[in-house]
Amino acid sequence: MSEDIFQGYKGKALEVLKKYNVRVWGQTNIKTTRGSFQGTVLPRSENDDDQHIVLKIATGYNIGIDIKTITDMKETGYQKANYKIPEKEFPYAKDKRNVKLFGTGGTIASRLDYRTGAVIPAFSPGELYGAVPELADICNLTTEKLFAVFSENMGPEQYKSLAIAIGKEIEKGIDGIIIGHGTDTLGHTAAALTFMVQNSPVPIVLVGSQRSSDRPSSDAALNLIHAAYTAAHSDIAEVMVCMFGPTSDDYGFLHRGTRVRKMHSSYRSTFRTVGDVPLATVKWGEVKPIKKNYNPRRKDKKATILPFFEEKVTIVYYYPNMQPDIIDMLVDNGYKGIVIAGTGLGHVNKPLYDAIERATKKGVHIYMTVQTLWGYVHMFVYDTGRDLMDKGVIPAENMLPEVAYIKLGWALGQTDDPQKVKEIMLTPVNDEITRKEPYNGYLIYQGGVPEVEEFIRKFRK
Amino acid sequence: MKTNTSADSSSFDPKQNYEKTKKEIGYVTRKKAKKADYQRIGFKSGLEVHQQLNTKEKLFCRCPAGIYHKDDEYDAEIIRHMRPTLSELGEYDGTALMEFKTKKEIIYRINNETACTYEIDDTPPFKINKEALEKALEISLLCKLNIVGEVHITRKQYLDGSIPTGFQRTAILGVEGEIPLKNKKVRLIQLSIEEDSCREISDIRHTRIYKTDRLGMPLIETVTYPDMFTPDELKEAAEYIRFLNRSTGKVRTGSGAGREDVNVSCKGGTRVEVKGVSYNKLIPELSHNEAFRQWALLNVRKKLTDKIKDPSKWKIQHQEIDYRDYDLKYEPITNGLIDKYRIIAVNLPGFKSILSHFTQPGKIFADEISDRLKVIACLEEPNMVHSEELEPKVIPENFDKLKSLFNADREDAQIIFWAPDEDISTALETIEERCLMAFEGVPNETRKSFTDGTTIFERVLPGADRMYPDTDSAPIPLATDYIENLRKKLPTEVVDRYNQMKKWDIPEDTYNYILRNNLYPLIEKIIKDLKIDPKFIGTFIGHKLKFVEGHYKSTNTFEYSKIYDLFKFLIDKKLEIQLSKKMLPIVYQYPKMDFESILTSIHFKPLPKEEILSKIPFLKEKFKEIKQSKNDNAAVHWIMGELQKTAVGNIAPEKLAKAIEQN
Repeated sequence: MSEDIFQGYKGKALEVLKKYNVRVWGQTNIKTTRGSFQGTVLPRSENDDDQHIVLKIATGYNIGIDIKTITDMKETGYQKANYKIPEKEFPYAKDKRNVKLFGTGGTIASRLDYRTGAVIPAFSPGELYGAVPELADICNLTTEKLFAVFSENMGPEQYKSLAIAIGKEIEKGIDGIIIGHGTDTLGHTAAALTFMVQNSPVPIVLVGSQRSSDRPSSDAALNLIHAAYTAAHSDIAEVMVCMFGPTSDDYGFLHRGTRVRKMHSSYRSTFRTVGDVPLATVKWGEVKPIKKNYNPRRKDKKATILPFFEEKVTIVYYYPNMQPDIIDMLVDNGYKGIVIAGTGLGHVNKPLYDAIERATKKGVHIYMTVQTLWGYVHMFVYDTGRDLMDKGVIPAENMLPEVAYIKLGWALGQTDDPQKVKEIMLTPVNDEITRKEPYNGYLIYQGGVPEVEEFIRKFRK
Repeated sequence: MKTNTSADSSSFDPKQNYEKTKKEIGYVTRKKAKKADYQRIGFKSGLEVHQQLNTKEKLFCRCPAGIYHKDDEYDAEIIRHMRPTLSELGEYDGTALMEFKTKKEIIYRINNETACTYEIDDTPPFKINKEALEKALEISLLCKLNIVGEVHITRKQYLDGSIPTGFQRTAILGVEGEIPLKNKKVRLIQLSIEEDSCREISDIRHTRIYKTDRLGMPLIETVTYPDMFTPDELKEAAEYIRFLNRSTGKVRTGSGAGREDVNVSCKGGTRVEVKGVSYNKLIPELSHNEAFRQWALLNVRKKLTDKIKDPSKWKIQHQEIDYRDYDLKYEPITNGLIDKYRIIAVNLPGFKSILSHFTQPGKIFADEISDRLKVIACLEEPNMVHSEELEPKVIPENFDKLKSLFNADREDAQIIFWAPDEDISTALETIEERCLMAFEGVPNETRKSFTDGTTIFERVLPGADRMYPDTDSAPIPLATDYIENLRKKLPTEVVDRYNQMKKWDIPEDTYNYILRNNLYPLIEKIIKDLKIDPKFIGTFIGHKLKFVEGHYKSTNTFEYSKIYDLFKFLIDKKLEIQLSKKMLPIVYQYPKMDFESILTSIHFKPLPKEEILSKIPFLKEKFKEIKQSKNDNAAVHWIMGELQKTAVGNIAPEKLAKAIEQN
C-alpha cells in the first residue's frame, strides 16, 4: 500500500515525505528556508526528479517545494481526489441509425481531474454522452474497447483483431463504424483496414484528435461529431479518415484510407490526401463528396474480411551513401519484404545494387516507392532505374511508402509466391495506386506570393 | 381593472423611485464619502495587478513581443468555438456554461510578424522565456514573496476566446509577501507569470473578433489580500505595486502595459471583479460605485423577500406580441422587425419598483438584466424596454395593455424584448435567472469598467475549478544559488526611495512622477557622480521635465538618460547648471542635437564672471535715474533682470544677487 500513499514519489523526496509522515493528498504546512507554504500534496509525475514535492495551493495553482529547503512539515488534514466520471445513459431512438465505436486506446473524449490534472478518458456511451451530448442527436451509439495501446504501439495484431471485430458488427447489421485512434499511425491503420475489410456495406471511419479533449479548443468533439455523422449517414461505404479540413473549427475531410498521411507534427489539419483530392467534406448534416466514384452504402451485411499480415517486412528510407550492409542485415535477419523509399523517380546508389540482387535472389520481395510522396515511380527514365529493375526491384507506382509497407505485409501474410505477391501489390484495392494523378492532387502553396497571401486572407480560415 | 392599472402607471414615477432608493441605501458621491461611509457599508477590496514585462520575445514562443497591429492588418483568420470541459464534480463550471450558451464564433486575426503556430494553438509551447522568468523573479523578491522551489506551468481556463487554446498558461513564482503603504502593510497572496491574452476587435451578436498581436506576451500578476478598506487605500496599493514593478526598469510602460483587476465587496455582498482597469486614477470611483451597487442589490433583496415569501416558486410569464397591437415606435424595435426579430413580452411578478431601483449613478436594476441579455443571449443593446424606464422609449400605455394581457398584479413589472428566433429561449432564461439572483443578493461576476466610474456585467465569475497542470511543460526548478544571486542585484525598495527623497528635501509633489517613470536611479546617479544638489535635481525632474513632457513633442525618442548627459556636459564645461532649465525643451524636442548647438540656439555666450559683474556699477547708476522705488531689493531685482540673459549659465543667480548687493 505504501506506493499508494506516496504516489509517484521516489528517492530523496520520498524519504522526506516518510520522515515527516505526510501523505499524497495530505493538507500540509511546510516550513522552508524560503518561507512557509500551505497546500495539498499532489502525486508527482514519475519522470520528474526526486528533489521536489508538488503542492496544490488554495488558489488552485500547483507549485514545487525544493526538499533541500524544507525545515519542517506537518499534515493537517487529508482529502483524496475522486476520479469518477458521471455517466448519463446514452439515449436510444428507434428512428436513429446504429453506430458502433471501437476504442483502440487513444483518448477520443476525456475529462479532467482538476486536482491532479489527470486526463480521464471518457469512453462508455454514457461518458461520451456527458462530454459530447450532440452525438445523441446523430445516432444510437454503442462502444467497445478493443485494446488500450497508444497509436505508436498499434501493429499487425491490432489490425487483424480490428478487422475481425468490424466484420462481426457488419454481420450483425450495424449502420456505421467509428474507430477512435491516436493520430500518429492513424494512416497506417486506415490502410491496413482498407486491405483487410473489403467490400464493406457501411462506412468505416477512423478518427482522432490533435489537441486533447481536456482543452476547450480541442478538435476532438468536432471530429467525433463529424465521424458519427459520416458513420450514420454517409453514402460512402469505405475505410476513411475523418479529421479537420482547415485548422479552423469548420468542416472535416474524409480521406481515403490508402492515400492519407499525417503531414504536420501538431496542426489540427494535419491529415491530407496525397496525390489526389479528398473523398469528401463533412459537416454536421452533410457529407459532400468531392470524388465522384466511391463505393456506395448497401443494405446487405456482407464484407470480405482478410486478416493477414507478415511481420518481417520493413521500409528502408534511402539516403546518399547508404551502405549495402543495411540491406544484407535485413536479409540475414529473415526479412521477407522490403519497401524502399527511393529518391526522385525511385532511385538508390550503385553500391547497393549487389546487396539488392543478393536479397531478391534469396526470395526477398523488394518494392520501390518515392520519398517525394507525390508522383509515380518511373524506373525507365534513367539507367539507374532500369538497372534496379534488372536486380528484381518492382516499382510500386504511386503507392505511399507506408501504404506499400502495410500492403506488402498483408500480401506476404497470404502468399510467398513472387508472382502472386506482385499481382496483389499492383492491383489496387482502393486507390493505393491510381491510374492518374490529377493536376490538383499536388497543392503545397508557398506563402509570401501575393496571390497566395490573398487567398489565405480571404478564404483559408 | 384596466382603469385601475392605468391610474397606477401614472401615479408611479420611476425617476422618483430611483431617487428614493438611492437615498434609502444612503448613497453618497465619492467626493462626499467619508471613511465612516465605507465602514457603514463594509467596503473591502483587493487587487490583481497585471504588468507586462519588457522582453524581446513572447513567453512560450519565439514571436517578438510589443509589436501591435491595426485591426485590419492581418494575414489570415482562424475560427474556433470553445467547448466547456467537465470539472471534477462532473459539472460544467458556471462561466463555462454561460460562454457555451452564448454560442460565439470566435475569429482570430493573425499577422505573420507577431504570430506563429503557437498563437493559434497548432503547436505545443516552447520552453519558457528565461529572460521573462528572471525579471518576474526579481519583482517577486522585491514583493518579499516566498519563492517556490519549482515552477509548475498551470492552465487556467478561459472560454471567452481571449486565448485560442481556451486556457492561459500561468505559473506561481512566489506566495505570501507584503507591500508597505503609508499607514499599514498590505499582504500579497501570490505573484504569477503568465501569457497575455488577445485584444478584442469587436463583439457583435454571435461573432467575436480578436487579434493575436498581444497574445502570449509575458505578464506578471500580483494579487493582494482584500486588505484595503477605502478606495484611497486601494489606489495607494495600486500605485505602490506599479512603482515597485517599474523600479526594476524591466517592465513595459505605456497604454495597456499595466492593468488592474479590482475585487470589491460590501458587507453581505460578494467578491465582484472589475476587470482590466488601465488607469489607477479610475480605481477610487469604480470601487466606490461597485461597493454601493452591491449595497443597493442587498436592498433589492430585502424588498423582494419582503414581498415574495417563496422565491422557489417565482417564475416569469412570457408571450409573443404583435407589434400592430401595440404602439412600439422605437427605432431598435422597428429595425429588429426588418431582421424578422420576434417581440416578446415578459411579466415579472412582484418586480414593481425593483426595475427602477438605483444601482449605480444613472443606472437601475433593469440595466442589470439588459447587460446580461447582451452578453449571454448576444442581443445588442438597446435590447429591451420596460415598465419603469427613467426616460421612456415607448409610451407607457403599452405596459398597461401588457398588464391586462398577463392579467398582472399591480405589483408586477413588464419587459418587452426583441430577438431572433434562436436567441429567445436563452434570453428568457437569462431574464429569469437574473431576477432569481436578486432574491439571493449580489451575483458572482466579473464586470467591465467605464471611464465614468460605472461598470457593466462581463462574465460569471469562474471558480477555482478551472486550474489544471499544463501537460505540455515540464516543471522548472529554481536553485537557491540562483535566487540568492538575483537577490543581490535587486534595486532599492520603493519605500526606501521615498524616504531618501524626503531626506534630500525633494518636494513631495514630485514623487509620483519620479516613481512612476522610475527616475529615482537617474537622480541618484546624478547626485552621486556629478555632486549636484539633490533638491535642485529632484525639482528639475519632478517639475521642469514633467512640464516639458506635457507641453512639447519629441521628434526622436527621448531617453531619460539624456538628462545625465546634459548635466555632465554642463559640469565638464564648468557652466552654471541653471542653464539646464533653458536647454531642456530643446534637448527634449531634438534629442540628437549636440549640446553645443543647443547653447547656440538659446543664444548663450560664455562670458567671464568679471565682465558681467563689471556692469553692475553702471546699472546701479541707471537705476537711480529711473528709479520708481527706494527699496534696495527693487534695485537688485531690476539689475538681475537686466543681466539675466548674459548671466544665465555664466554665474549662479544667488552669486549674482550677492554681487549686486555688495557692489
